[in-house]
Amino acid sequence: MRIVKGEEIYKLVKKLIEDANFELPSDVLTALMRAKELEENINARIALDILIENAKIAKEKRIPICQDCGMVVIFIEKGEEVFIDGPIEEFLNKAVSEAYLDNYLRSSVVKDPLLRENTKDNTPPIIHWNCVPGKKIRISVMIKGFGSENASTVKMLNPTLSKDEIISEVVDHVKEYGPNTCPPLIVGLGIGGTMEKAIYLSKKAILRPIYSRNKKSHLRELEEELLYKVNALNIGPGGLGGKTTALDVHIEEYPTHIAGLPLAINLQCYAVRFKEIEI
Amino acid sequence: MKKIELPLKEEDILNLKVGEWVELNGPCYSARDSAHRRICEALEKGEKLPIDLKGITIYYMGPSPAPPGRIIGSCGPTTSKRMDPFTPKLLSLGVKGFIGKGKRNIEVRDAIKNFKGIYFVTIGGAGAYLSEKIKKIELVAYEDLGPEAIYYLELFHFPVMVAIDSYGRDFFDK
Repeated sequence: MRIVKGEEIYKLVKKLIEDANFELPSDVLTALMRAKELEENINARIALDILIENAKIAKEKRIPICQDCGMVVIFIEKGEEVFIDGPIEEFLNKAVSEAYLDNYLRSSVVKDPLLRENTKDNTPPIIHWNCVPGKKIRISVMIKGFGSENASTVKMLNPTLSKDEIISEVVDHVKEYGPNTCPPLIVGLGIGGTMEKAIYLSKKAILRPIYSRNKKSHLRELEEELLYKVNALNIGPGGLGGKTTALDVHIEEYPTHIAGLPLAINLQCYAVRFKEIEI
Repeated sequence: MKKIELPLKEEDILNLKVGEWVELNGPCYSARDSAHRRICEALEKGEKLPIDLKGITIYYMGPSPAPPGRIIGSCGPTTSKRMDPFTPKLLSLGVKGFIGKGKRNIEVRDAIKNFKGIYFVTIGGAGAYLSEKIKKIELVAYEDLGPEAIYYLELFHFPVMVAIDSYGRDFFDK
């Protein structure tokens, strides 16, 4: 049995949170630059210029990419042969608290959803645990802003829906909510499972690299068709028109019940703030 | 890009057309969800407001804290539609301009037309870039709300696009 100290995880997670807030992932930055090359719409070109410049300023001057420094979502895949010397939740809370306070990141979390008193250090994070074979731990940190989170949904669809009807569900949703969600978007779709499984998958889908495709051919084709149709909406960067409404569409799937077809749509703004590490 | 001085003059408002990009220079106030709620609660109770609303421009924004050596942190626009329920009332009390991101509802569009106001959008997710377009910031009211407090801001070459003009023409209505 391998032992990993909670203290070590705290240090790594703190660093991941910091880097995620200041550095736009390189695949996203490349996709923005590519979008700009393709773009003829003047509004879209202005928006993309500003977003590319924003990424540069954020990284060089250590100013958060977005003032909404989000709620921290942590995915942990723990190998079955590893023992974590905790208390791990306390260490993760400490990592969030220190990362936000030490780096002038905005605290956006309230203690109670109705009373709404700010926790002032952006704790607590949302933590998803998964057990996997092996001796390693993979930790992924996602900074989730709520402009895009508020624009996300889950639909419990009729299992007899045709492919075209499923496409319409997604495209109509992006059409309605896309302009408010800081496009160009990454559209994360979770299909199947139960309601909460679909939502979980839609979040995991966002985290896949831009231009990566689902391994199953019918889902890969669906991703490509959806990307084409979403980009035909002319919502564009900043919601001001143009060819690139989404940088990509990713689908993650899971077996489901004969009576159901859960579809979760998690819209992700262009500012994907995501870092991961394997230890 | 055309340069516009804040506070907005009636002539400028009437000349600005939907879809047009301009740079804003001069004073405005930040206010988002909780500040709007408090202003409207104060109005209902007949209390005095912490700012004079006449002629001002409101920026829907809650900044991240200023790091050492800077006056403000990241400060991009938040989603405007959450402020829709409060906007017609603010227009009726003299607020002229709004800066945010995304679509507004029909009531807001109609009120902008009736009261000859204007709604600008800027680019969401560009908070680091926009932090370089603000040259002064002062806390004005509701300090306890943290990032949601009302701040006095001075904009400097701040890029915006007219999304609803004073004739009620809406960029997103198509």
